[in-house]
Amino acid sequence: MQYICLIYSAEGAGPQRGTADFGPFMQAYGAFTAEMQETGRFIAGDALQSVATATCVSVKDGKTITTDGPFAETKEQLGGYYLLDCESLDDALAQAAKIPTAQHGRIEVRPLVVWDN
Amino acid sequence: MPLPLSLDQTINGVVREEWGRILAALTKAIGDLQLAEDCLQEAVARAIKRWPEAGIPDSPAAWLIRTARNIAIDRFRRDARHDRALPELTLLAETVAEDDPIDEAIPDKRLEMIFTCCHPALEEKTRVALTLRTLGGLTTEEIAASFLDAPATMAQRLVRAKRKIRAAGIPYRIPETSDLPERMQAVLSVIYLIFSRGNTATAAQSQHLSAEAIRLGRILCQLLPDDAEVAGLLALMLLTDARKAGRLDRDGHFLPLEQQNRRRWDKARIAEGDSILRKALGRGAVGPYQLQAAISACHATSPSWQDTNWTEIAALYGLLIQMVPTPVVRLNHAVALSYAGQLEQGYAILNGLQGNATLREYQPFHAARADLAARSGDVSAAKKHYAKAIALSVSPTEQLFLSAKSDSLSG
Repeated sequence: MQYICLIYSAEGAGPQRGTADFGPFMQAYGAFTAEMQETGRFIAGDALQSVATATCVSVKDGKTITTDGPFAETKEQLGGYYLLDCESLDDALAQAAKIPTAQHGRIEVRPLVVWDN
Repeated sequence: MPLPLSLDQTINGVVREEWGRILAALTKAIGDLQLAEDCLQEAVARAIKRWPEAGIPDSPAAWLIRTARNIAIDRFRRDARHDRALPELTLLAETVAEDDPIDEAIPDKRLEMIFTCCHPALEEKTRVALTLRTLGGLTTEEIAASFLDAPATMAQRLVRAKRKIRAAGIPYRIPETSDLPERMQAVLSVIYLIFSRGNTATAAQSQHLSAEAIRLGRILCQLLPDDAEVAGLLALMLLTDARKAGRLDRDGHFLPLEQQNRRRWDKARIAEGDSILRKALGRGAVGPYQLQAAISACHATSPSWQDTNWTEIAALYGLLIQMVPTPVVRLNHAVALSYAGQLEQGYAILNGLQGNATLREYQPFHAARADLAARSGDVSAAKKHYAKAIALSVSPTEQLFLSAKSDSLSG
């Protein structure tokens, strides 16, 4: 089954760029990605630019409305994702727990819909 | 001699007794709890129609599982999406012959099922409800009544849970060794929650829950005979349940331990709990349920309030605090110390717990403070705490007991 791991954390939480902890933090991400690739679980994974770069669009009465900022103004924001192929939720949760941001943020694990042909 | 049961009661009894086992085996074979439950439900409906005329089969469970599986096969043939499960289901069908006794014919998958129902990805209330439904065989209406929920609300909760199990891929299996201790805790806690709901309930709809929890505890002991905490939980439930009759007075009001008539306690049940506990403790893997059972056993086997072995109880609470450092455990530890000849130390602990949010409206905390204050000679504090304990008590009998204690203080 395919699961998406949505990586949430508060901006400013966890190791910050330019500090001594940042190098090991990024190395841990590298190691996690490598492990997912080696075990055949990795489908995709990316980091997102900061929430400050987010823009939302919606269409009302045929008119596109564009607003600055993220969809929800919450403390914890989506910062990246992994799309993994795991044999069960137990396996997906075990992998998600290894994502470095789980130490200070939260990983939301959601199965993908399988469309019947 | 027991009165002959009506056929309806017999059928219901058989269904309830075998429900968990049949449903677990079917679910494992089909891979879908909702579908397995629908098929079993239909099999039960056919049994209710058929058995009164044809008689109850020698192995009602085998009859039910064969019928349910045939219903499932029919549905699969109509729906090509389920092709994958067909071979497994046919295998299950072939292994269940006409008169096979259930123990040999049906693989026991209840342990896998209970781990699924108590999965941490489900909300705690959902875990309790789902365990009662799938393993206990309680109807949705019965479960709703015990939660004081509307049946439709409970039905929706159960449907959503089953949908999540399927869609999110919660597996039907015993967790990996590394996850097992934590997942086992979740299972034990669900069973104990069911027990406590029944044990503290005044509503008749909830009281059968303690019996149901004991039944689930026995099943779990059977499935995991070497787990000391599983046995500890069963012992704890038996030792608590055995004293149920003494806990209430004639009018159904709560009686403090000191006032209970110990002759009303169930001696046979105490002996059973005590013996299970001793075997569990012998395995050398002590945990919180065994400790609580040991404390309960101390009370249950003591001939009177005066003869209670408070030194042992205080020592057991001391060990329990190391594993479960909650305010309520600290409170009980302090009370035990006070009766074990360490009144001053116990009173100091209680005063230290003042202001704790968990205990602020917790009636036993104020009753204990009053008692320890009175015994320490602090009359004005004792009167104040008695007043608070009386105000928080919901039992008129207990209120009288506490008022009498308060009035007897001079000053």
